[in-house]
Amino acid sequence: MRCSAVLSALLLGPVLALAQAQAPAVPEAARERALVRMVRQDCGSCHGMRLTGGLGPSLTREALADVPLDSLAAVIFHGRPGTPMPPWRAMLSEPEARWIAQRLQQGFPEEMVKTP
Amino acid sequence: MKRRELLAAAATLSSSAALGLLPGCASQALRGTGDLGVVIGRANGTLYLVDTTAQALIGEVPGLGDLSHASVVFSRDGLFAYVFGRDGGLTQVNLLQQRITRRVMQAGNSIGGAISADGTLVAAQNYKPGGVKVFDARTLELLADVPAEYASGKLSRVVGLVDLPGRRFAYSLFDANAIWVTDCSDPKHPKTQKFDNIGRQPYDALVTPNGRHYIAGLFGEDGLAMIDLWAGDCPQVRAAPSPPFEGGKETWGGPAFPCQSKVQRILGGYGKGQEPLPVYKMPHLRGWAVAGRRAYLPAIGRHEVLVVDTDTWAEVGRIPVAGQPVFVMARPDGRQVWVNFAVPDYHRVQVIDTQSQQIVQTLEPGKAVLHMEFTPRGEAVWISSRDDNRVSIIDTQTFATRTRLDVPAPSGIFFTSRAARVGF
Repeated sequence: MRCSAVLSALLLGPVLALAQAQAPAVPEAARERALVRMVRQDCGSCHGMRLTGGLGPSLTREALADVPLDSLAAVIFHGRPGTPMPPWRAMLSEPEARWIAQRLQQGFPEEMVKTP
Repeated sequence: MKRRELLAAAATLSSSAALGLLPGCASQALRGTGDLGVVIGRANGTLYLVDTTAQALIGEVPGLGDLSHASVVFSRDGLFAYVFGRDGGLTQVNLLQQRITRRVMQAGNSIGGAISADGTLVAAQNYKPGGVKVFDARTLELLADVPAEYASGKLSRVVGLVDLPGRRFAYSLFDANAIWVTDCSDPKHPKTQKFDNIGRQPYDALVTPNGRHYIAGLFGEDGLAMIDLWAGDCPQVRAAPSPPFEGGKETWGGPAFPCQSKVQRILGGYGKGQEPLPVYKMPHLRGWAVAGRRAYLPAIGRHEVLVVDTDTWAEVGRIPVAGQPVFVMARPDGRQVWVNFAVPDYHRVQVIDTQSQQIVQTLEPGKAVLHMEFTPRGEAVWISSRDDNRVSIIDTQTFATRTRLDVPAPSGIFFTSRAARVGF
């Protein structure tokens, strides 16, 4: 996880730097896990657990390649009126929405699987 | 000594083999499947097999692919489960042999399916490519492909697929605001009747237990679209004396009543004038909640269950609940209606008493409740809590938890008793 974050920071250095200027902190580890789980599981109820789409569109790295980061973050935070995409602002901060948008565009991380 | 023990063991073995009791061999003790069921392991593509009498896990079948939003129907002998996976996989699982017997990848993105009343046809509803595919239930051979093409080259995502009497299937087209009814009595030549302009964005649907009313929920507006399917079925009235005189021909006076099914709006404007709340998960309508004369339906964008009279289809009440309802399910006897919710209220389950129309119980069976299933006669309900990795078995009379089963990220729970119910 950390490794890949460092790698993608190297690869996408300018993008991240820009984003970090507007959206400061990377979430705490626990919150980060919660966000990853939320995207995989709760966003997954419409977009598919593997984010390959369902009632909602596919959210894979390839599918989002041409979507501007700002629009993506705005859709997550404010929703998309006229479609089933709700605003998630009651459950996310704006920087968190932006963090999710970035991670989606990099290929969203897998959940840490916890076996009972 | 050793030798004698061996001989004794051999004798025991052969006698038990003769009785068909040898464990591990094909000749298992006979058992029915009426109290069996499956739980979807959402995260690991595994089907967990359960026994509702023993209240226990009895096996697991891995290798079913992407099971996020998986659903299941059963052959009417209760031996096979048909599992529809998100990734378009359709898998036939033998519940007694506990193994996959057939599997096909039938689409790129799928959302569920249905089985015909006679048990011969399994239909899958797909998002990608949008449409319905019909398979031989025994062999999973593709028999009919009905693309949901609503404009040249445009395919709609299909939702709300249900079985209707007479090898027919009804379904809704999310992108085309339409309901289609496909008659597969000759599955190689399916005939489709189309209803357009039914309302914006149908998101799911149900058929009433008598197979008469098909009701689609609308995301794009307040209200639901309903079709009376009996209205399209035209009995002919005998005009001449009956029975006809010897050698004479029967004459017929035409249909008994003007017969044409049409779409009717019910519960129109149930949230009018108010700002809808965000819907973090779409309600599911399948598995109707009809109790006596009343149907209980999840409102969309409102934290309410709507109550409608099934004779007049007028709203007769609203019950405020703890969140956006997802499943609103009647206990098989209709005395109770159980409701679960979308995130962030999905740690709760509420119970409506249908005599008083009141919430009589609020339970917290675990984190992220995704589904509920009643035992065949409803004395217990099984509830999956995804984030607590467990299934709770709850007594519906006392609301006590009878037991809990460990299942990783459980979602849908489906019992074989569904095989005998229209629209399940």
